[in-house]
Amino acid sequence: MSKHPKLKQSILNKELLLTAIKDSFKKLSPIALFKSNPVMFAVETICFFSTGVLIAGLFVSQKESTGFVLQITIWLWFTVLFANFSEAVAEGKGKAQAESLKKAKSNIKAKLLKAQNETKYVMVEPSKLGIGSIVLAETGDFIPADGDVIEGMASIDESAITGESEPAIRESGGDRCAVTAGTRVISDWVKIKITSGPGESFIDKMIKLVEGAQRKKTPNELALNILLFGFTLIFIVVCCAVEGFAYFTGFNIPVLFIMALFITLIPTTIAGLLSAIGISGMDRLLQANILAKSGRAVEAAGDIDTLLLDKTGTITIGNRFASEFVPVKGVEVKTLAEASLLSSLSDETPEGRSIVSLAIEKHNLKKEAYNITDAEFIPFSAYTRISGINYKDSEIRKGAVESIKSLAKNAGVEIPSDLDTIVKEISMKGGTPLAVLKNNKPLGAIYLKDVIKPGIRDRFTELRKMGIKTVMITGDNELTAAAIAAEAGVDDYVSQATPEQKLEYIRKEQFEGKMVAMCGDGTNDAPALAQSDVGVAMATGTTAAREAGNMVDLDSDPTKLIEVVKIGKQLLITRGSLTTFSITNDLAKYFAIIPALFAASYPGLQALNIMHLHSPQSAILSAIIFNALIIVFLIPMALKGVKYKPITAAAALRKNLLIYGVGGIIVPFAGVKLIDLIICFTGLVS
Amino acid sequence: MTETGIIKIAIFLIVILFLVKPLGFYIKRVLCGETTLLDFIFAPVEKLIYFLLRVKPDKEQNWKEYTVSIIVFSIFSLILLFFIQRFQQLLPGNPQNFGEVPGILAFNTAVSFVTNTNWQAYSGESTMSYFSQVAGLSVQQFLSAAVGIAVAAVLIRSFARKNTDNLGNFWVDITRITVRLLLPLSFILALFFIWQGVPQNFNNYVTAQTLEGAKQIIPQGPVASFEAIKILGTNGGGFFGANSMHPYENPTPFTNIIQCICIFLIASSLVYAFGLMINSKKQGWTILIAMIILFVMLIVPMYYFEGNINPQVKKIDSSLSEDLLKNMQGKETRFGIADSVLYSALTTSTSTGAVNCNLDTLNPLAGGITIFNMSLGEVIIGGVGSGLYNMLMFVILTVFIAGLMVGRTPEFLGKKIGITEMKFVMIALLISPFCVLFFTALGCFLPSVVADLKAYGPHGFSRILYAFMSAANNNGSSFSGLNANTDFINISTAICMLLGRFVSIIAVMGVAGSIVRKKIIPPTSGTFPTTGAIFVVMLLVCILIIGGLNFFPALALGPIVEHVMMFSP
Repeated sequence: MSKHPKLKQSILNKELLLTAIKDSFKKLSPIALFKSNPVMFAVETICFFSTGVLIAGLFVSQKESTGFVLQITIWLWFTVLFANFSEAVAEGKGKAQAESLKKAKSNIKAKLLKAQNETKYVMVEPSKLGIGSIVLAETGDFIPADGDVIEGMASIDESAITGESEPAIRESGGDRCAVTAGTRVISDWVKIKITSGPGESFIDKMIKLVEGAQRKKTPNELALNILLFGFTLIFIVVCCAVEGFAYFTGFNIPVLFIMALFITLIPTTIAGLLSAIGISGMDRLLQANILAKSGRAVEAAGDIDTLLLDKTGTITIGNRFASEFVPVKGVEVKTLAEASLLSSLSDETPEGRSIVSLAIEKHNLKKEAYNITDAEFIPFSAYTRISGINYKDSEIRKGAVESIKSLAKNAGVEIPSDLDTIVKEISMKGGTPLAVLKNNKPLGAIYLKDVIKPGIRDRFTELRKMGIKTVMITGDNELTAAAIAAEAGVDDYVSQATPEQKLEYIRKEQFEGKMVAMCGDGTNDAPALAQSDVGVAMATGTTAAREAGNMVDLDSDPTKLIEVVKIGKQLLITRGSLTTFSITNDLAKYFAIIPALFAASYPGLQALNIMHLHSPQSAILSAIIFNALIIVFLIPMALKGVKYKPITAAAALRKNLLIYGVGGIIVPFAGVKLIDLIICFTGLVS
Repeated sequence: MTETGIIKIAIFLIVILFLVKPLGFYIKRVLCGETTLLDFIFAPVEKLIYFLLRVKPDKEQNWKEYTVSIIVFSIFSLILLFFIQRFQQLLPGNPQNFGEVPGILAFNTAVSFVTNTNWQAYSGESTMSYFSQVAGLSVQQFLSAAVGIAVAAVLIRSFARKNTDNLGNFWVDITRITVRLLLPLSFILALFFIWQGVPQNFNNYVTAQTLEGAKQIIPQGPVASFEAIKILGTNGGGFFGANSMHPYENPTPFTNIIQCICIFLIASSLVYAFGLMINSKKQGWTILIAMIILFVMLIVPMYYFEGNINPQVKKIDSSLSEDLLKNMQGKETRFGIADSVLYSALTTSTSTGAVNCNLDTLNPLAGGITIFNMSLGEVIIGGVGSGLYNMLMFVILTVFIAGLMVGRTPEFLGKKIGITEMKFVMIALLISPFCVLFFTALGCFLPSVVADLKAYGPHGFSRILYAFMSAANNNGSSFSGLNANTDFINISTAICMLLGRFVSIIAVMGVAGSIVRKKIIPPTSGTFPTTGAIFVVMLLVCILIIGGLNFFPALALGPIVEHVMMFSP
């Protein structure tokens, strides 16, 4: 499947960066900042204060040199700007995509019908359409709004939405009736009943989502914000108290120094990157061509305990192929192979072709040996579940075992006693048996084998390591399902599954406290999609399915479910790692700033200056610079996400703890010291 | 540090580890409403209490009802205790004819005992009648301890149960805890104290003629019973002003070590009971071991620094032998350095507030560690009940910060940690630092406080810091040298005690109320592991960074600077 080229964006792109820089200045507005990021608002407040001190310094002589105050002020402003920048870059990527979607929407006119049986239409703006309006779309027309086809059939180019260049067929009734605004009819015509109000169509929602305009903080993000807010609050008290303590010692500490202590202690790193992490998580999903309706869904994906996977297309390659001819007693293999070959000559399905090639390759039969020009073909019918050929004097039929058996029974022919055993054996191997009958006499069965996707077993092992249970959903009978489940290595299966059974299974898992993900496309999947914690609807699916799910897969590829889980986990890991890093950073900053603060009152406290920073001024400036720069250094990680490998939670914890926990303690010691050396060497401070 | 001292501390820890299992098992049965030993005595007593209080023992409460019960009960206790002190001159059991306790002091004391703090701005032997001691203070030592354990029980239940609002019945909980746990243990311990020579009488004070011919008044009273619950309930309030330094409260090294064990006993057994109640002994052990490691991490340097000789003293007369130069100021000769350090470390980490030496005269860093112990918020074993519930707040915080690193929404014991939990956890963890920092800084600005200090510079600062740290963390001990019985200190410490105790209790109840409603997610290999060595390390780092960093500047300006100055020529 080809992906939409516009969905892919490189992280660094000149235009994007320029816009982001512009936006990071726009985001300095204190009111907006207060609402979106209280920690950064606190930093900005200090920035204003520091700027005030700087300006005052131009007129009144101060203890600290203006050059020093200037540098502090600049770096404080940079801290806020860097945080804004990270958010702007993340948003910028989404915006670029929204532009292309908007183009798909513009210049559309609707052909409004008064009623379904009318043929006369009036041209109206799409915004005039309401839910329930009926419109006509003919060759070359754009679909003006989301709706269901109520009459007709058309092939539709949906590339604007899905990136899929092959046109899709949409017809009334069934699971292929949904059409999306912005897509174009290539041939034929359809009458559509509109299902969404103006501004609420799928494409509108998509635009809003990728623009980030509708982005609400996820529960986990909110909880994290409470933590960050709490830390900020307590550090306000800590820093105010230091002023009191200093009063007791009888020395004055410049307020600017205490402000600097405050800035370095509050968790600016994670606060600055938090929204960028969230936005880029959605963005990574988008790059996988999955549209999450909310950030909440992405987060939930990381929590999934149980994954419901459809067998066909996910676990097995869609088509089965013939692997063996198993004759009943008294019948030559060659006879069965020949009969099978003949019955499949006109069968253009992949299964049919595989039967032909098996007969030719394994049993040395030749297609050319049979003159089938006079033969009469019986096409497959879903009703009889049989197809076949009348060739010369023989009537050959192949099909579902039960149907073939009843055919023989009706003709009064005795069914060979070992047919059932053969059929059972094939089922137990995970195959589908196809019975073959010649002149009402059953010859045996064709063993149709399901092909397990290469590598899928390993993926399930990975998922198991991650603590995720995989469940195969299939319409096959119990025996076949069990065999395939064992071969593919899934943990559980539901055979002869109906939508009700799926729903039941999800409810059962959820009752045990588990979170369930599934994908589906048909209207009958909608209840299960809605019930599941993460429901991925296929873009080709019905409106009902798309509404019920909380994600839409634009490629309509059920394997993506595994991808979704990975992206969800990666998002959470990135957030956790950077939080840990940010908090453990505080240790070094204390050791940098506390000795500096009280250097005048208690020179003995220099014992705490374990980094041997040059002077109080250089110590404070280094800490502030480190604090600002670390945000920039971590932007790429926030955008790309921490590298994720499917390993057990215990192993992941060990690894990340070592990198971000221990690293978080060590890095700032080294970083602050290095910056101190540089600023002293360059003479930026005395 | 001497070998005997180290061995003593090691033996102490081993004894504790042996005791937690049987007592933890017993506590679990008490908290789960199961039958226990001596049921035939306890059950009728409880029935009578339920009847008198009109409690339906089977009716469980949700978190709001339970919290309201706690608050109502505590307010009632507060008022009762206040008036007992105010009217003690009219009440019986007052052979010394003590007058009424002054209003503000009575208020401070009432708050102090209801909050399990036992901050004492008075000397018992010259202020409180026997009736006030026994029917007032001692009763609250039982009940405030029971409240602490009850809150811990509620939090444990919230993790053990799912999809419900029911968290137990407060009245049943405190009745069972008092009748089945605190009373019997105190009874046994009191008998032991009497055997060791602690008085238990209601006699008049005795006047004695000393060898020098001076007149000495020797106080008497029901000390043994008071002492037992003071230790077991991690209360710490002494019968006498000198607390466990007084030979009547802690007569021998033997009573000293038994007191040490009893201080840790219930709080550490409760952690084991927690493991049993949530069906994961391993989780219980993980938390208990984290607590004990933290304890060892702090007592070792404390013992080391206290064992050091003060160079300033050595300078005065360097000809003196090492033994004479040791820091014995403020210590009882019958205990010596090791016992004093152990006792001080224990009481400051458990919020007990009892002292067997003068904390003010500890070497600067040893004294600093007592402050640091408290600053972590009662998580090193901690007060009865409060130790566990505060530790669990830290556990939730750790799980929340680090738990994301495994790629799942953080969960503890199968319960997702969400917005509500974090809100309450932050309140529970930040209320004490907030009070300490605010009032210490305020104290620094007040000339009246500073003038009363009798010491300037870092040590004076440590005294103010210690006072509020002790009050806000419901410890109750103090650095002497701070005049505690002033209106400002009485009122401000009372505020600290109330906020430190009840705001965190309400927050813990809030967490429990939200947690108990959630379903339990069965653990998989994708679940964040909360047992084992890695989790212990994470928890410790989280406690030290979050709990400790708030006070880094304060500690730097107090004990650390003092230490540095001690070594300067």
